[in-house]
This record gives sequence, structure tokens and C-alpha cells, in this order.
Amino acid sequence: MSEYLILLVGTVLVNNFVLVNFLGLCPFMGVSSRTETAIGMAYATTFVMTLASLLSYIVNTYILSPLGLEYLTTMAFILVIAVVVQFTEMVVHKTSANLYRLLGIFLPLITTNCAVLGVAIINMNENHNFFESIIYGFGASVGFSLVLIMFSAMREKLANADVPSPFKGSAIAMITAGLMSLAFMGFTGLVKF
Amino acid sequence: MTILIAVLVLGTISLLFGALLGYASVRFKVEGDPLAEQIDDLLPQTQCGQCGYPGCKPYAEAVANGEAINKCAPGGEDTIKKMADLLGVEVQPLDGNHEVDNTPKVAFIIEEDCIGCTKCIQACPVDAIIGTTKQMHTVIVDECTGCDLCVAPCPVDCIEMKPIETTKQSWQWDINSISVKQID
Repeated sequence: MSEYLILLVGTVLVNNFVLVNFLGLCPFMGVSSRTETAIGMAYATTFVMTLASLLSYIVNTYILSPLGLEYLTTMAFILVIAVVVQFTEMVVHKTSANLYRLLGIFLPLITTNCAVLGVAIINMNENHNFFESIIYGFGASVGFSLVLIMFSAMREKLANADVPSPFKGSAIAMITAGLMSLAFMGFTGLVKF
Repeated sequence: MTILIAVLVLGTISLLFGALLGYASVRFKVEGDPLAEQIDDLLPQTQCGQCGYPGCKPYAEAVANGEAINKCAPGGEDTIKKMADLLGVEVQPLDGNHEVDNTPKVAFIIEEDCIGCTKCIQACPVDAIIGTTKQMHTVIVDECTGCDLCVAPCPVDCIEMKPIETTKQSWQWDINSISVKQID
């Protein structure tokens, strides 16, 4: 049990996908200008990542590996991710039309969020078992959500701040992201792998 | 042979997922535009057309597709605020072209001047004007939404908008807003 907890904490904080592994930066910059959108995106990504890591584990372990088709993993994983994203898009459109409008193009673009494919591939490389894969996927998305929501809260404050004109807009957002990344370095050593 | 297996496997997986998505698209089918309907519920339903759309529903659809939220004069600040909350955008002041003072008004027909042309009757979106050709028209005060649309078509300018006087009946008492509770 404790190793699962360590894996979870390690993925959320120490090896944070966005700030330490630098995966999934596109939605991190793209949808973080409003907290509300960021929270919606966080839910959608959490759902997609967890489900995608589960499905890609099943596809990899029970279909591709026994048949010796490991070279097809990337293709199969992308297929899995695309399906999960399509499914999520339908569910979001049905349940929250406004969120669907706010997320706009970023919802289908979860497909190309490298963090999602990253989770599936790291799961495979690290030989995670079924539960580890799910926890790793979930932890990665929780880490992503945490950072995305914190970052969007900061950007909302920054919108009202008196930023020197050369740094206005994306520039100050990039600097903020860099500082957050530095702060997350502080978690290194919290969990030993 | 291995290539055949690979193609077969990938094909089967795709087919399976395709079936899943097909089922989901039927299961989660979205009827109409739910967002436009939510916006439509917030609009005052005067169907006055001051926003430049033929009615509240078309305006709601336009807002759902990104039209400005500040064009509804009868709804005023309140409606703009509600729409801003729903859509997660900033509250904007009422559009300059549509700016009116927000006191509730009714149309009043100066009956001596009315020539009975029925043009205002055709303009009224809520059928609040009665009268017939060559007969004097009048406004049903309770039905009038104060939308202004009858003023422009009148050829003799006999319609004016009058603010509703506050009477004991129309004053908003809000008696229930102070909750009274029995204390044991």
C-alpha cells in the first residue's frame, strides 16, 4: 500500500509532469488565463489521463506484448488517447455546454497533449503493473491539475498587477512558470525512488 | 505474416473503439444548443428586437456564438450580470446604441391624435395594443413590456413612453425578504 502512496506523492509533487518533466506545457499556458477554465480543463485532463493510462496498459500488456508487436505501441497509444478524448468531449458537451464553449479547441487538443502520451510510454518503460499504471496516470494528472489551477490563480492576480510594459502578457506568465518550476525543485528528495 | 497480424490487430482495436464511440455519440447526443437555451431563459422575453435580432431566442443563439452580451435594453444591468456569470465573461455596461434609462415604462397613445392606422399594432411584439382600422387604438398597460417598438412606426407621433407610476399595488414591498421566525 505504502509504495502506491509514495508513487502517487512522487508523481504529483516530486516528478511533477509540467514543472519538472516539462510535459503538457501547451494547455498549461493556453487555458490558464482564467481559473474557471483551468478547473474545467483539470477535470477533463484528469479523466482522460487516468482512463488513457489504464486502457493503454491493457492494450500493451494483453494485446501488443503477447503478439510481439511492441513497435506499434506509439500508434496504438495515440489511438487509445484519441478515442478517450473524443469520448470526453461528448460527455462534456452533454453535461456542461458552457465549459465546452470555454475550453473550445483545447478540449480536442488534449489528444496532442504530450503529457497523456508521456504517461502511457513512461508506464511501459518503467514496467508498471496494472494498479501502478492507474496511480501513475492519476498522479500525473493531479499534479498537472494542481499546477494548472495554481498558475491560473496567479495569472488572474497578475492581470491586475502593475507589470512593466515589456513583460506584459505571456512574458510575465513564462517568468511565473519558471519561478514555479524552481519552487517545485524544492520537493526533490521528498521521496526516494 | 507478422505485418498481416499487426494490421489485423490494429484494425480490430480501431474497429472496437469505433463501435464504442458510435455508441457514445448516440448515448450522449446533444439536442439543440443547451447554452442558447440557458441564455434564452435569462432574457426578458419581450421579443422587442432592440438588440438587432428578431427576438430573444435568436439573440440568445447569437450570444452563445460570441455576440456581445450588452445589447438587451429591457433586461438592463441585471440580465447582463446574469449572462456574464453564466458565460464567465466580464460584465459590460449596456451598449451605447441601446442605452436607455432603465425605469419601467409603458406606451401611451394620445387618443385625440390617433388616426387608426394600425401600424403600431403590427409592430407590437406582445399584442398589447388593441384597436382596428380607422378606430382609435389603446394600450393594455398590463401587457405592455415598454419595448419602444411602437413609437417609431406611428405616422402622427401620438405614442409616448410614460414611466410607470409607483402605486401601492406596483410598489415592490418585499415583505417576505425579511424572514420572521418564531423563537421558543
